[in-house]
Amino acid sequence: MTKVPIRLAVNGEAHEFLAEPRKLLSDALREDLHLTGTHIGCEHGVCGACTVWIDGKPARSCLIFAVQMQGHEVTTIEAIAQDGRLSPLQQAMHEEHGLQCGFCTPGIVMSFEAWLRDRPEPNEGAVRDLLSGNLCRCTGYQNIVRAVLKAARQLRGETR
Amino acid sequence: MKPAPFDYHRPQSLAEALALLTELGDEARPLAGGQSLVPMMNMRLARPEHLVDLNDLAEFDFIRDADGAVEIGALVRHRAVERSDLLAATHPLLPAVARTIGHDAIRERGTVGGSLALADPSAQWPLLAVLLDARVDLASQTGRRSVRAADFFTGVFATAAAPDELIVAASFPKLAESEGWAYRSFTRRHGDFAVVAAVATVKLDDDGRIGRARLALCGVGDRPIQLDAVTDQFRGRMLDAAAFGRIAAAAVSPHDDAVASAALRRDLVEVLSAEVLRNAVQRATTRA
Repeated sequence: MTKVPIRLAVNGEAHEFLAEPRKLLSDALREDLHLTGTHIGCEHGVCGACTVWIDGKPARSCLIFAVQMQGHEVTTIEAIAQDGRLSPLQQAMHEEHGLQCGFCTPGIVMSFEAWLRDRPEPNEGAVRDLLSGNLCRCTGYQNIVRAVLKAARQLRGETR
Repeated sequence: MKPAPFDYHRPQSLAEALALLTELGDEARPLAGGQSLVPMMNMRLARPEHLVDLNDLAEFDFIRDADGAVEIGALVRHRAVERSDLLAATHPLLPAVARTIGHDAIRERGTVGGSLALADPSAQWPLLAVLLDARVDLASQTGRRSVRAADFFTGVFATAAAPDELIVAASFPKLAESEGWAYRSFTRRHGDFAVVAAVATVKLDDDGRIGRARLALCGVGDRPIQLDAVTDQFRGRMLDAAAFGRIAAAAVSPHDDAVASAALRRDLVEVLSAEVLRNAVQRATTRA
């Protein structure tokens, strides 16, 4: 099949390469841009591992074709830590043991980084509601919930 | 889990999109949010030769008040419905149900028009459309027409829209000021498609008896159903939710499948119908 030029703006950088229109955004990020922080799990929108932001809003990158992203800004997990410093959520995931194998973690961080911006005081039920969109097979979710609530407290300026 | 090859088209106007659909015929599929179509393509259950990406048609991204109804453009995302101040004030049933669709990241992309066009028999928008007798507005190169929800959904993943027609908007009649509503679904996991879902509206008479009641169900057939024959029996009566649930359960003909037996679906209809009626009456009482 014919390849077409794909123009992608990812984490503030413009990229251009050739690919078939059927190339999923998740595959383009990993294979063409070598941004392998975005993980691919189920490839049908269920597991949430491939969650990125499109124009600042979370989306499944396995359900979008790279060719569609011209004119849009994509943000991946690689843009979350700043100058080598983990974000408060990433740090809390580390401290609370919110990950074991780490496969689902980039998707979970991308889901909650966006969400916490708009919800400074989330309750546990709301965290669990959102977390239902991301599958984790290691942790049993308890420590992820704890980590999100801890990050929210820190983002509000409370120390613990 | 990779889609089959296709040619990609990105029309910049409705006219261009309609011309493409006419020219390409049933080899083409319109692409809106892609939250159902792309999984089906990844699993190769769908193999369109051409994709016509509608996401640049911003003219169909609107929510507006239209007298007795609200009009929602086909490209409106479920999250926009959830967040709409206009809908919160004029048609709160719609955002309340929209927020039960899938998960946040799914709702950021999925569209109202896409859900109506797909016609999944367990999906929320077709259910709401049938409950409220919504009007679906279609456009093609030969003109425009509107179809009532009752005539629009014709079976599992099947609608009255022709391959060269696009949904451009849908119009959902508002509830009366004192009308209560409730929605409840049973899902195997949070965010899944419903095994059975029920949605009801109730208007009470001055003396607290049921005036007009509506009930729609999904998960008990090849498309959502409206049970006027059941609700009409309760006009002028005081609330008897248990009896209502029993009569609703007797009125449906569910099927066995891998997800649930017909007997379970019938039980769910009884329980959920009773619950939405009770909750809708309660909401009507609060609003009156």
